Amino acid sequence: MADHGVGISRPKPAPKIETRNVCKIYDTVSGPTTVVDDFSLDVADGEFVCIVGPSGCGKSTYLRMLAGLDTHSSGSIYIRPGDDPTKPLNSVVFQEYAVFPWKTVIENVAFGLQMRGVGKAERLQVADHWLERVGLRKFAHYYPSEISGGMKQRVSIIRALANDPEVLLMDEPLGALDAQTRIVLQAELLRIWQETRKTVVFITHSLDEAILLGDRVVLMAAHPGRLLASFPIDIARPRTVETMNTPQFAELRGAIWSQLSREVTRAMEMQA
Amino acid sequence: MSEIIDHAPGAATEKPTPKAAPAKISGPPATILLLAATFLAGNGLLYFIGLWRPFWWLALLGDFVLIVMAAEQVGRSVPPARRKLYERTLAFGFPLLALVAWQLIVDAGILNPLWFPQPTRIAKALWEVTVNYDRFSETSLIGRPWLIPARFQAEGWAGVWSLFAESHVWATLGRVAVGFVIGAIPGILLGVVMGINRTVRLMLDTTLSAIYVLPKIAIFPIVMLMFADPFGEGPKIAVVALSVFFLMAINTMAGVRDIDPVFLMAGRNYGARGVSLLRHVIIPAAMPVIFAGLRLALGTALIVIISVEFLRAKQGVGFMTFYYWEVLNPEKMYAGLVVVMMLGVLLTYGLQALQRRLMPWER
Ligand SMILES: Nc1ncnc2c1ncn2[C@@H]1O[C@H](COP(=O)(O)OP(=O)(O)OP(=O)(O)O)[C@@H](O)[C@H]1O
Ligand SMILES: [Mg+2]
Repeated sequence: MADHGVGISRPKPAPKIETRNVCKIYDTVSGPTTVVDDFSLDVADGEFVCIVGPSGCGKSTYLRMLAGLDTHSSGSIYIRPGDDPTKPLNSVVFQEYAVFPWKTVIENVAFGLQMRGVGKAERLQVADHWLERVGLRKFAHYYPSEISGGMKQRVSIIRALANDPEVLLMDEPLGALDAQTRIVLQAELLRIWQETRKTVVFITHSLDEAILLGDRVVLMAAHPGRLLASFPIDIARPRTVETMNTPQFAELRGAIWSQLSREVTRAMEMQA
Repeated sequence: MSEIIDHAPGAATEKPTPKAAPAKISGPPATILLLAATFLAGNGLLYFIGLWRPFWWLALLGDFVLIVMAAEQVGRSVPPARRKLYERTLAFGFPLLALVAWQLIVDAGILNPLWFPQPTRIAKALWEVTVNYDRFSETSLIGRPWLIPARFQAEGWAGVWSLFAESHVWATLGRVAVGFVIGAIPGILLGVVMGINRTVRLMLDTTLSAIYVLPKIAIFPIVMLMFADPFGEGPKIAVVALSVFFLMAINTMAGVRDIDPVFLMAGRNYGARGVSLLRHVIIPAAMPVIFAGLRLALGTALIVIISVEFLRAKQGVGFMTFYYWEVLNPEKMYAGLVVVMMLGVLLTYGLQALQRRLMPWER
């Protein structure tokens, strides 16, 4: 591949996720509202993309369309299948946890495998492995109502990871957690991602979190939701939570924040 | 009373400093003593000036208020370990007290024993209808189970069956149970379909709501005509099943529609489709509302079966109650009502046990 000739740029591998000119229009009582407008985004195989933007700008809507849980009004969305056709294309970590209260922790984690027809012994073994990895093994047979919010969110994350999808779609997975738990889980996510190198689309409200985790940070504008800017994050990996204290990190944050804050202010003014 | 005073919390926790203890103890029990004194003095005074008799209901109301105040005082000083005992005493002790009051008031001739027979006489009547066989209607209350061994020896299984067949309780229980199952299962299924499918819901919702509010006893004559034997078990079971069916369809539909959409999205995203979505997401998510519906349906089923037995039956607890009203035997009529209540409590416990089994995630 590399010796196609000097001067010709190396052909890029086909992106894992292709989103072209996607629009989402909701029919409301006050007429049609455009929630996502002409949104285009490609995500490379093994890339970790973070999306930030003001509240209500259509991040969750975009993610649901990616996951095939909502229809798009126009444009195209494509997730490239991998070599193994039995693998699911995507698994979502929902903003509201969506851990099933009627299943135990381990049944929740094994749910995707169960739906794909994986045998009981095997799926429980996989689930057990993931529970062990995030320190929840003791709680395997608890019901979600018996564990804390932070634990529930970990269950929701490893339910997606145990399903071993082609791409992982996370909607503010750490949004509802307290600051300490959040840092612990950020470190956990970094560690797990560095081992698995999955393709990830990660929505967050925290710019720090986006820069810490992502290979790229995408800014979204509100009303309607559009792509505003895309910043490559070239901080070397492996990263840890301490990476947030480096000057390179601060510099990137400063550059992105000036644009983001302008957009957030604009969105707030438009809502008023 | 004195026991309560002895076990006030201060006594246990403050033992090392005996001087402080008396001061602490004298708090709540003093109030209780005061309340008890008011209780005795108030009732005694009313009695001696001859006002208790004409204003017995006012006196009882005052007594009730005093008892509530005393119980609240006791509740404040109950140590956590005794909390359960205290709550049980309230839950069972108060009804017992009410029965005693009833007994005394009728004994004193304030209320007519013909309409309000004393609890002891009702209990005696209940015992009589339980142990005796009524030759006229060829029935007994619970089927005289103590005769089972003798009958089995003499006539085999047919003999045992004839004992069951003479029982009011088994007749009513059988009708309720069969009608409940025949009504509830299709009702839940239709409710799920209506919850999921908008078209079916729009087509059936109005009709169901209209039939739901119709008193089922009003359609009993029509139901009777639909059966070859209008006086047999068929119409009775059918009318129970019908009332349960509509209630369960409407309740289950509401339960399914109320499911948080994020659970449905999660189910679909992780590969659940059709039957597996139903089994792993929709049914368990709607389960709390379904059980609330079953609870209501049980009450309705009992109302319907008792009224049907009042109208047209030669057997059943409802029949027995009405029969003793007709022959003006109020004690035995009340005994019938007591049996209805006991059936209600028993069936509700059964349903709760089933719920605990099927919904282990809600403790
Ligand atoms: N079913 C719907 N009908 C009409 N409008 C909708 C519907 N669902 C969402 N919206 C609107 O779409 C916009 C985007 O919603 P979305 O949930 O995608 O925002 P978000 O960026 O995820 O916000 P947040 O950061 O608060 O989670 C909102 O303004 C919302 O009001
Ligand atoms: Mg959102």
